[in-house]
Amino acid sequence: MTDELNPTDSSTTAAFEKLMAGTAADDRYVLRLYITGMTPRSTEAFATIKALCEQRLQGRYELEVIDIYQHPQLAIDEQIIAVPTLVKLLPAPLRRLVGDLSNVERVLLGLDLRRKS
Amino acid sequence: MTKTANQTTPANRGLAKTPTGIQGLDEITGGGLPRGRPTLVCGSAGCGKTLLAMEFLVRGITQFGEPGVFMAFEETAAELTQNVRSLGFDLDDLIEQKKLAIDFVRVERNEIEETGEYDLEGLFVRLNYAIDSVGAKRVVLDTLETLFSGLSNAAILRGELRRLFRWLKDKGVTAVITAERGDGTLTRHGLEEYVSDCVILLDHRVTDQVSTRRLRIVKYRGTTHGTNEYPFLIDEDGISVLPVTSLGLQHEVSNERISSGIPRLDSMLGGEGYYRSSTVLVSGTAGSGKTSLAAHFAIAACQRGERCLYFSFEESPGQLLRNMRSIGIDLAPWVAQGLLHFHSSRAAIHGLEMHLATIHKLVRDFQPRVVIMDPVGCLTAVGTRRDADVMLTRLIDFLKMQEITALLTSLTSGDESLEQTNTDISSLVDTWLLLRDLELGGERNRVINVLKSRGMAHSNQLREFLLTNQGVELQDVFLGAEGVLTGSARMVRESTEKAASLLRRQEVELKQRERVLKREALEARIIVLQKEFEAEEEVAKRDIDQEQSREETHRQDRDRMGISRQGDKVLQDVEPPIRNHKPPRSRT
Repeated sequence: MTDELNPTDSSTTAAFEKLMAGTAADDRYVLRLYITGMTPRSTEAFATIKALCEQRLQGRYELEVIDIYQHPQLAIDEQIIAVPTLVKLLPAPLRRLVGDLSNVERVLLGLDLRRKS
Repeated sequence: MTKTANQTTPANRGLAKTPTGIQGLDEITGGGLPRGRPTLVCGSAGCGKTLLAMEFLVRGITQFGEPGVFMAFEETAAELTQNVRSLGFDLDDLIEQKKLAIDFVRVERNEIEETGEYDLEGLFVRLNYAIDSVGAKRVVLDTLETLFSGLSNAAILRGELRRLFRWLKDKGVTAVITAERGDGTLTRHGLEEYVSDCVILLDHRVTDQVSTRRLRIVKYRGTTHGTNEYPFLIDEDGISVLPVTSLGLQHEVSNERISSGIPRLDSMLGGEGYYRSSTVLVSGTAGSGKTSLAAHFAIAACQRGERCLYFSFEESPGQLLRNMRSIGIDLAPWVAQGLLHFHSSRAAIHGLEMHLATIHKLVRDFQPRVVIMDPVGCLTAVGTRRDADVMLTRLIDFLKMQEITALLTSLTSGDESLEQTNTDISSLVDTWLLLRDLELGGERNRVINVLKSRGMAHSNQLREFLLTNQGVELQDVFLGAEGVLTGSARMVRESTEKAASLLRRQEVELKQRERVLKREALEARIIVLQKEFEAEEEVAKRDIDQEQSREETHRQDRDRMGISRQGDKVLQDVEPPIRNHKPPRSRT
């Protein structure tokens, strides 16, 4: 179910350094979407975030989709309670977007993309 | 104490139960929590919910071989581990053994943005994963309501919680869910709506600066359960609940008699002492020797090889040992041997229930055959008189159930009637010894009598109670024309009596001696008279003999003259007339 490869340590560090440098416009986004199988809610959430990323963050995002049915340990490690949850690892701060992402305003707010809209 | 779940009595048949292993709780619930169902434990902050839940899991693992999962919403695994380490629970070890799984669920409000519809499947997945990883039979969710603070969509949460409890039931695990107590409701978010099988309420109240923890089963569907508020105790061994369900009058009676430690007192009690598992009350005014009597009883128990638990509410163990040594009672060797255990605490340190719970716990741990409480009266200081009575009733019943012989001392203050204790427990006790002071002749002396002793022919006599260098001694009191005499008065009286009797004896002896002397004198006289008589007889005999021989001589002379004169032969047979001679002259 993974859409892209896991971000390597070096890329995370690079993104962090970039953030420290203050180049907000081309922040690199590391996102993970936690879903439970192919439920309508899961697919809807995935479609929404995929479209949003393509539209707003083209070329500078990593999106990983994790099915916690298959990787329950990851749900524990990442403190997942509600599903679906989109975790924004980078740029800081860490955010958990809980729900099917149908409320676009809130999604943009959560991803710190609202000021650009 | 703990019944296994498969054990069914008519009261709980049909509903399988999971024993908690928590002291007392299984007795109140009739065997434990409902097996395979969720139980709600609610209470305000700091009343021991988490601890109860954790103990349920740990005892499940260590005592019943049922692995468990602890899902913590408030504390991390490390914090939990540290918190319960003081109770002797080594969570790291249990986790290592794959018997326990702890999952800390962090719900951080400011990280969460709700963007639409969701469910709590993440929680389900994690719980399921944890349960499967250790094969858990027991699950704890502590405190589930934290979810409400992190997620704002109450409608979704409620639906999901309902689903969660259903799911837990389907999973067949026995779950404990803790919840904060709400204002006027059992839980802040109304969880009791979903968990309907068993609800336990914990409470921590402070009355008169004394805090008491209490536990109550609010609801237990499909089974009978104790409905009272039960005090419970959290100490180094975890939770112990004081079961009052075991109270009743069904205890076994014993015909065995045990010594009071004072031979004279035993003889007052029908010759053999107290009945085993009876309750003895020693009441008396200040300084009348109650503690000394108790110490004798303790020693007697130890000498029989029985353990004795001594609760002292007024003196520290050191003070007690010193004071008893002063009257020749050395308790220290028995303490060293582990047969005698002192528990000293001020009555005001706990509420009554806590005292009761402490006593329960110590009795369970130490397993004594004899319990001494010195004095019980001061317990009224921490509660009302009625409360104290109820508490003592429970205590006495509990001790009887355990076949423990109890000796309670009670202080009677001067202004009260002597035959009244400051708690109305006199009707509960089997043997009541009354110690009191008698003031007479400028001194106070102690006397003891047996006011009552059920089931034995006891003495109705007063005895003087002496504290000597060899401990307590009982003496007969002097009963005379002036009434009961004790102490110096008794001694004075006794010595007067002794002097009078000596005099009488001497007189008799004198008379006897006189009689002997008189007899001897008379006998001596008789001998003298006899000797005189013999002497007289001798003289008389001699006179007669002389007379006879003179007569003979005279006749021969006459015969010779006749021959010489050639006269006729005189007839021989003619006796010459015998001259009368004088009777023997008496010398006296």
